[in-house]
Amino acid sequence: MAYTIEVNGAKRTVDVDGDMPLLWVLRDELDLKGSKYGCGAGLCGACTVHVDGEPTRSCQTAISAVGTAPIATIEGMASNPVGKKVQAAWMALDVPQCGYCQAGQIMSATALLSKTPHPTDQDIDAAMSGNVCRCCSYTRIRAGVKHVAEAK
Amino acid sequence: MATMTSQNATHGVNLSRRAILRASVTVGGGLALQAILPGVVHAALDGSAAGEGASISAYVRISADGVVTILSKNPEIGQGVKTMLPMIIAEELDVAWKDVRIEQAPLNEATFGRQSAGGSNSTPTNYDPLRRVGAAGRQMLVAAAAQGWNVAPEDCETDAGVVHHRKSGRSMSYGALAAKAATQPVPDLATVKLKDPKTFKIIGQRIPGVDNAKIVTGQPLFSIDVTMPGMLHAVFEKCPVFGGKVTSANIDAIKALPGVHDAFIIRASEANPGKDPDGLVDGVAIVAKSWWMANKAREKLEIVWDEGPTASHSSEGFAAQAAKFAAGPPATSLRRDGDPATALKNATKVVEAAYFYPFLSHIVLEPQNCTAHFADGKMAVWAPAQNPGPGQRLVAKTLGIPEKDVVVHVTRGGGGFGRRLQSDFMAEAAWIARKVGAPVKLLWSRRDDMQHDFYRPAGFHHFKGGLDEKGSLVALTDHFVTFGKDGKPVNSSATMPPTEFPAQLVPHLDYGQSVIEFGVPTGPLRAPRSNALGFVFQSFLDELAHAAGKDPVEFRLALLGEPRILPGTPGKPDPLRDFNTGRMRDVLLRVAEVSDWKNRHRLPKGTAKGVAFYYSHLGYFAEVVQATVSATGAIKLDHVWAVGDVGRQIINPAGAEHQVQGAALDGLGAALGQAVTIENGRVVQANFDSVPPLRIDQAPQVDVHFVTSDFPPTGLGEPALPPVLPALCNAIFAATGKRIRSLPIDTQLLKA
Repeated sequence: MAYTIEVNGAKRTVDVDGDMPLLWVLRDELDLKGSKYGCGAGLCGACTVHVDGEPTRSCQTAISAVGTAPIATIEGMASNPVGKKVQAAWMALDVPQCGYCQAGQIMSATALLSKTPHPTDQDIDAAMSGNVCRCCSYTRIRAGVKHVAEAK
Repeated sequence: MATMTSQNATHGVNLSRRAILRASVTVGGGLALQAILPGVVHAALDGSAAGEGASISAYVRISADGVVTILSKNPEIGQGVKTMLPMIIAEELDVAWKDVRIEQAPLNEATFGRQSAGGSNSTPTNYDPLRRVGAAGRQMLVAAAAQGWNVAPEDCETDAGVVHHRKSGRSMSYGALAAKAATQPVPDLATVKLKDPKTFKIIGQRIPGVDNAKIVTGQPLFSIDVTMPGMLHAVFEKCPVFGGKVTSANIDAIKALPGVHDAFIIRASEANPGKDPDGLVDGVAIVAKSWWMANKAREKLEIVWDEGPTASHSSEGFAAQAAKFAAGPPATSLRRDGDPATALKNATKVVEAAYFYPFLSHIVLEPQNCTAHFADGKMAVWAPAQNPGPGQRLVAKTLGIPEKDVVVHVTRGGGGFGRRLQSDFMAEAAWIARKVGAPVKLLWSRRDDMQHDFYRPAGFHHFKGGLDEKGSLVALTDHFVTFGKDGKPVNSSATMPPTEFPAQLVPHLDYGQSVIEFGVPTGPLRAPRSNALGFVFQSFLDELAHAAGKDPVEFRLALLGEPRILPGTPGKPDPLRDFNTGRMRDVLLRVAEVSDWKNRHRLPKGTAKGVAFYYSHLGYFAEVVQATVSATGAIKLDHVWAVGDVGRQIINPAGAEHQVQGAALDGLGAALGQAVTIENGRVVQANFDSVPPLRIDQAPQVDVHFVTSDFPPTGLGEPALPPVLPALCNAIFAATGKRIRSLPIDTQLLKA
């Protein structure tokens, strides 16, 4: 059936089964390839988007459950004031190795810093431990979050 | 170690005079350089030779506006070569990095030489040749300027993409010179003048990854992001038992499901020739208008399998066989020095221990996938290939079409770690796409990926070590039980070299091997075989150090002795490849210093440091791990210090540091929780809940230091990994008195 969702500020209508996960709607129906498939089980965080500002595993979110909640993806982060800073920090500190997980990392980091502008190491652990980086770029991910927190 | 074979290729000392450089004017008047260096020998990551006479090349375009396009020849899987290799050319070409644009080179091994991501080979095999490519381009640009000004080329100099003639005050940009430079005689790469490294402006700088902007904004970049008009999506259900065949399947019922375009049985026997280790296997393909629909239809799939002989294999059974082997003598001798039996009998102290490491999955984050399109008799594939050349050949063989009719587009890979050296996913996608007659993207689920890997082989080691009255190691034996076929290890990942350290330093030594017959696919995983042998040997040496009552660093230093070369092949010394005890001493001493090793006894109860070293992929690494073990047995990783010697030049310090940190944390993640177990011929684990990758809340700080030595630069994708596992286990022993002899670490054993 048809669902109209708000993605990065724009209304988009798709005609799909209600149990289709948001991840696949974004990637294959709306051609937004930034959110990644990693595990299909909410275990790796590569598919993380914001639903109503909350970091959400889009592979575990059925399109029928989204309703009118605004969705933001990595493609929309340049117009998110915090997201933009996170992207800049990731560039400045050369955070990515292979880069496959980094969209999810940036979405989780942006959600964290939006609520907690000056996170402790424990805050970072709690907010970011759902995002696997198989290359283990964790030292720079942590530094990237702190870089944003410490910037004026 | 044995994963590399070519000293000449590595060190550029034998660039043939036949080495040629072709130049041509490209569309738009730019200068194109295409260098071909013959006579280079490579080795695959798994140790097999790729053949003599392959060539290396690089490709440079300079447009009239001064933009310099440099092709990066090898696949990028997170190891940083797409940034690092072009840096080498840009340095000698003498252009400003801001003017450089980088393109992934197309697969063309006739022009570019071997294009693989494996064996930490990119640096040693390309550093010198790519410098020469850049220098040759610079020489042609200078010649063009000198000719125009009617001055001697020797009186010209270059800087940041401009040729200067200081005497007359004239200057001209590379962009303006490019067309004319392309008509200049081609310099001899073997004698072209290289820069004095003291004047380097790009090499040695921290240069960020060239794809970072696309990565952080979520632009399509990876193979999984490829899309084409009319593209369909596929899943491929393979037999859970390795080597199993399809008897029948409910194809008609699947075809009737919503969104399904087609479904069909694939029989490996139909493929040509179907015998490659990574060749097509039996299964059922479902092709649908979206991946989600294809994967959903799969839930309704009913397949009758003929599971075949591997169905009786299990990890438990393997362990029982290993125990049986261990009770007897090894089937094959790998090395024998002196009289180990007598030496053990006469030793003051004998230490005996059995070690085990499990099968491991690569768990790349981007699951295997490939987009394929067959049109006009030609197959085009887009894939995160680590080894696109063999991939091209596999696709051609599988389809029974000429190699020239297979075009491989190499995308950035979402991790590799050795998994994508195999090209099975490319063969599958190509087969399905040709059958369907439309562009098809095949994507594996996480379960597919974990249950159809080429696993790091498990292994069993049975050691005896004899110490004399002074605490010196005088005798060592190891009965290694590995996996294979017909009594031989299945591939080099399952082998132990006769020179495995500390061979050649112990007067009485015996290495022997027995082989368990099995049907589980295996292959190279980051630092193949070193990732396993480092754990067992550096852990057992630690046991011996403690038994001798010696400081583990001092015990290792005594074993290394005076700086000298331990030949990899008897009678064939190779000073650039053989184990250099002096280089290892230096990194060991340095890691002791930076980790404050001598004050480790001041650490609180339950916290301790452990040390280990390992030489692999031409890199010398010594590492110290500090860990805290709680009364419940829980392990907290406090800190890692890693010191490496990879020669005289760190090309990109930002990338180098990243590789060392990543490799060390990767090894710690494997040690803490990862294993693949086999039951009834199939893999038990299916996702990250049962094979946990390391997460940020577990990741300690990793301090990275490099010792520079006067040796050619070598690679960093792998050598920092092997020592970290034993360093952790040795720290756990120091903290608890409990020795970890089996991976992953069972924290139940560490309870106070």
